[in-house]
Amino acid sequence: MAEEFSIHLKVWRQEGPDQPGKLVDYTLNNVNEHMSFLEMLDVLNEQIVAEGKEDPVEFDYDCREGICGSCNLVINGRAHGPKAMTCTCQLHMRNYSDGDTIVVEPFRAKAFPVIKDLVVDRSAFDRIVEVGGYVSIKTGSAPDANSIPIDKSVADTAFDYATCIGCGACVAACPNSSASLFTGAKLAHLNRLPQGEPERKKRTIAMVEQMEEEGFGDCSNYAECEAVCPKGISISAIAEMRRNYMKAALAGEEV
Amino acid sequence: MASLLKALKSQVGRKILTGITGIGLIIFIITHLLGNLQLFGDAQAFNEYTYALESLGWILYVLEAGLVFAFLLHAYLGISIWWKRRKARPEGYSKYQSKGGPSHQTWASKSMIVTGIVLLVFLVFHLDTFKFGATETIMLNGHEARDLKALVINTFLNPLYAFGYTAVMILLGFHLGHGFWSAFTSLSMKHNQYSALIYTVGIIFAVLMAVGFLFIPLYIYFTGGQGALLV
Ligand code: HEM
Ligand code: SF4
Ligand code: FES
Repeated sequence: MAEEFSIHLKVWRQEGPDQPGKLVDYTLNNVNEHMSFLEMLDVLNEQIVAEGKEDPVEFDYDCREGICGSCNLVINGRAHGPKAMTCTCQLHMRNYSDGDTIVVEPFRAKAFPVIKDLVVDRSAFDRIVEVGGYVSIKTGSAPDANSIPIDKSVADTAFDYATCIGCGACVAACPNSSASLFTGAKLAHLNRLPQGEPERKKRTIAMVEQMEEEGFGDCSNYAECEAVCPKGISISAIAEMRRNYMKAALAGEEV
Repeated sequence: MASLLKALKSQVGRKILTGITGIGLIIFIITHLLGNLQLFGDAQAFNEYTYALESLGWILYVLEAGLVFAFLLHAYLGISIWWKRRKARPEGYSKYQSKGGPSHQTWASKSMIVTGIVLLVFLVFHLDTFKFGATETIMLNGHEARDLKALVINTFLNPLYAFGYTAVMILLGFHLGHGFWSAFTSLSMKHNQYSALIYTVGIIFAVLMAVGFLFIPLYIYFTGGQGALLV
């Protein structure tokens, strides 16, 4: 049996949108090093329910295996916690020791309003994808798709950008709350493939505009997004987005 | 044309303009430093140089107008980016840390707005001191010229100026420490294999610029304006 230890938590509690929130202190005495961070929060909620004085803490998750992009959380000031290329659900309590204090906050941005406690509304990302994150040609089933030859290196790079799970950590960690890494990743994925070519200009302009409309900030090239991205998406995506955007505008594409 | 103008007002466009004006200002300060170093040339080399500049006539006015435009546009963009970030996150984190690794969040990048505004305020005093400062008229190769070299030396004998300029030039170094690399990235020149190199070159460039500029006031001050390099 792994040894159990105690940690102190300061968890952001907020009743609902537009309500004032605050950090609330909790102490957990039965934390196990093999627990994931989310399992530790499950244990906290069991404790809260057993005490019966308040609602359990709301937090987002789905797959708990690092592929869906649902989990969020800013842990001790870092989106997805201290480890590089790791989602909150993949962070384990062995990274902490007895007596540690951990501050847990939601992803904060005007474009990600808090729904309750640690749950935020990330539908702004969906709207960015809606305006251009698709291809209109019929790709058919797998053999059809393969009938268009694509250079291996192009396919690999497109895949690297396609690994973005839309978690929003890039926005949460950005001092400007910019969504450039997310938008750039979607664009870099689709714009380099022949299937994405017909809408390349339209897509780039539409997605860049939507990103601004949602209230995300400008990019100041801090590269903090790349540091927190659980998929290690490179800020080259942002440079590429700028290039494609200006090319489209210079080509007279309707802005 | 209309669509290009609109594009330049977008988030991406603004960043590209910040980069272009930033590079423009970098080119300007390189030439400015090379000009300043004429102080250490022949006795009248600096005054010859400033005389030649002033003799450019309308060309100089065009260059100066371009420079003023670049400065103001750059400052406006920088301030508006900073202003918008405050609106983009109304409720801040109670604890925030950088994750390190590929992050370029440094003292330099976090204080671009502060170092930038200091540079802007400095510019006003700087122009007042030198461009519009009172000078003696001297004869240079048969024509009248301003003795700017004497003005520079006299100014930096005052410790307030010598150390004030030094401090601002250190801040300029920090501004360039993030700015050089950032401008290249803004102009979408980021390629993974060159990025680290450009960042390092940027730091070296920033140090060279800061040291180059601050050496002049400090040298004048500590040699009492009599240093061997000055005569
Ligand atoms: C000698 C004068 C100056 C030089 C050489 C210079 C250079 C640069 C460069 C190269 C950049 C990077 C551009 C980019 O990120 O794309 C930059 C950014 C910046 N500059 Fe300057 N600059 C100067 C003066 C100023 C002034 C007067 C301000 C006034 C506020 C200012 C404010 C800023 C800000 C806030 C940024 C960051 C922009 C961002 O967050 O994306 N700079 N500067
Ligand atoms: S780019 Fe990375 S950090 Fe941003 S949404 Fe995609 S996976 Fe998350
Ligand atoms: S819960 Fe799916 S990525 Fe973390």
